[in-house]
Amino acid sequence: MNSTNNKESKISARRIATPGEVIVSGGNFLPGEGTEKIGEEILALKYGIVEESNGLVKIISISGVYYPRRGNVVIGMVENITFNGWVIDIETHENAFLSLAEVPRYVNKDEIEDVMNIGDMVVAKIWSINKRGIDLSIKSKGLGKINDGIIIKVNSNKVPRIIGKDGSMVNLIKSETECNITVGQNGLIWIRGEKIENELFAKRAILFVAEKSFIVGLTDEVKKWLEEEKTK
Amino acid sequence: MESQKTPLINEKRIRKFLEEGKRFDGRKPEEFREIKIETGVSKNAEGSARVSIGKTEVLVGVKMDVSEPYQDSQDKGNLTTTMELLPLSSPMFEAGPPKIEAIEMGRVIDRFIRESKFINMEKLCIKEGEKVWTVFIDIYSINDDGNLLDAAGIGAIAALKNSKIPKYDKKNEKVIYGELSDESIPLSKEIPLSITIHKIGKNLIVDPSREEEEISETRVTIGSSGELIHSMQKGKKGSLSIKEMSDILDLAEKTYKNIFSKIKKDLK
Amino acid sequence: MTKEFKRPDGRKSDELRPIKAKVGIIPNADGSAMFSFGDTVAIAAVYGPKKMHPQHLQNPTKSTLRCTYNMLSFSVTERIRPGPNRRSMEISKITEWALEPVLMIDEFPNTVIDVYINILQANASTRCAGINAAAMALAHAGIPMKNLVSSVSIGKLDKHLVVDLNKTEEDWEEGDGATDMPITLTADGKITHIQLDGKIEAKQLKEAIEYAKKACKEIHDIQKKALKDVEENI
Repeated sequence: MNSTNNKESKISARRIATPGEVIVSGGNFLPGEGTEKIGEEILALKYGIVEESNGLVKIISISGVYYPRRGNVVIGMVENITFNGWVIDIETHENAFLSLAEVPRYVNKDEIEDVMNIGDMVVAKIWSINKRGIDLSIKSKGLGKINDGIIIKVNSNKVPRIIGKDGSMVNLIKSETECNITVGQNGLIWIRGEKIENELFAKRAILFVAEKSFIVGLTDEVKKWLEEEKTK
Repeated sequence: MESQKTPLINEKRIRKFLEEGKRFDGRKPEEFREIKIETGVSKNAEGSARVSIGKTEVLVGVKMDVSEPYQDSQDKGNLTTTMELLPLSSPMFEAGPPKIEAIEMGRVIDRFIRESKFINMEKLCIKEGEKVWTVFIDIYSINDDGNLLDAAGIGAIAALKNSKIPKYDKKNEKVIYGELSDESIPLSKEIPLSITIHKIGKNLIVDPSREEEEISETRVTIGSSGELIHSMQKGKKGSLSIKEMSDILDLAEKTYKNIFSKIKKDLK
Repeated sequence: MTKEFKRPDGRKSDELRPIKAKVGIIPNADGSAMFSFGDTVAIAAVYGPKKMHPQHLQNPTKSTLRCTYNMLSFSVTERIRPGPNRRSMEISKITEWALEPVLMIDEFPNTVIDVYINILQANASTRCAGINAAAMALAHAGIPMKNLVSSVSIGKLDKHLVVDLNKTEEDWEEGDGATDMPITLTADGKITHIQLDGKIEAKQLKEAIEYAKKACKEIHDIQKKALKDVEENI
């Protein structure tokens, strides 16, 4: 845990907090996400791992549903087609919509189903969240309809570990399994490789990371596991 | 967690991989996931069992009561089997009266137990034409990760084997609820098993994962004691050629032997 | 409270039955937990927040908490016909009322949080076990909550107050008979649920609530421990 100036960090690493618990009291800590400050005490307002940096205390969820954020890249399934776009299920409680205007090329209203039909998977970015719901876009590079490969699902809270610092974890898996991997912030992950065996190897690797997400030194564990699996 | 629909691209892969005789989790087409059986898990039941196949889990309980026999079986006990797909076991199940899926599954298991003659119904007769024991088998899903049907079948057998008959006050003709006699439910020595085979494309598999179960075109559930088949049910919209049916029967027999050898010690 | 009062199972007046608590028992759910008081076993699963259908039931100001409590047919000595009944519907509603005050669900309008509670084995205090399991499952699902809630039954057997009634005590017939008071408290001492049947003077009722506070603190510690034990499960 980081501590700055001469503030001693009173918070031990990777501590789990439960709702209503006093995380820390005294000192100049500020309440971040999932916490509130009452008097001198910072209280947890949800279940998760306590994280503190520069005096800001927050709770990182370790379980539960995905909460969408602007800018998130997500993977979803086309649920419905309207006259001007696609309703996409990104496994969240709000409707997500991809309008024709957010596709990089011109799409005629009559060819909507030909571009993407119900049941197709798509990688998209959330560009707006408002009262009506979530607006998606596939205008940037790396986004668009998914044609091949497999989709797996993990709890969205594991995504940061699966991606790793600056993508280190997912890149390690990509190179060792020889697959392209796109990780949606909502927990859906697209894997594409030359052979199904490679894709399933990548799937097992990702599930391994998700399962062991708590442990310290995860990267080394994963490297070890990948080596062992390759020799099988 | 909301929709659990299998993406089309996954379906493509599953089918293609199966053509090579391989499944996503590394199993062979005729291979089951790990089966765990625990009996006596609910103390107020006459008998109970918790069965898990992989991450799929069911809880089965047996209760008994005394009532009049049915018109056409005056000297036999009664059997009632229900299956509840509890909403807590899957985002796909809702609270409310049983949907057709649960009703069909309950009736498949009922037919399986009934036709296998596993329970000796004549021995459940107390007074012919007047008083007989009714056996209630209630099956609840706890987590659905595919193949609830086979877990339910194994659970029903395990719970029955675990069951003792309640004490009965002959003088006042009343069941003493909550007190069990030393007498077990009269069961046959042979253990019947209910095994479901799914057809995906031209391939047959047993014990489907949730995704495999979703995309299969047809399923056939066969209740047998090894060589003798007592019950059968085809489900879902697909159709079967006669050769496929023959292959299914062979696979069912082979699977019975496999599964039986694995679980017989848990079914004492 | 007479210290010499002998409970049928030998417990002290303020003693809870052995408690077991665990989270994450149902992989498909967003949050799940089991909680047992002795032979009374409850499991709970949470799905949500998720879209609320049908639309006309949506609440535009916050999420809707929807609890469904049910007992398995074989959880009791005399079989219960599967399906809801008036008692389970009432308990579903009071469970909602017991949990909602601590939930912070204004951030999820037009959604529903489904909590399913099933009793696998019953030896009285089933609604309390259900509420305890549901509270853990809601936390496990990451639902924003000010606090956990803890529920226990306080009883009066003839004239003696006891904590955590079992079935034998629920059916107590000596003297004044049994008075049963299931009660749910937040960790900071607020009552979110209280019921009573029997007969009791106000003075003793207040005393009973004090016993509940102590018992609920013990239960709360166990609920917290179960939530923190996930790391070891891996």
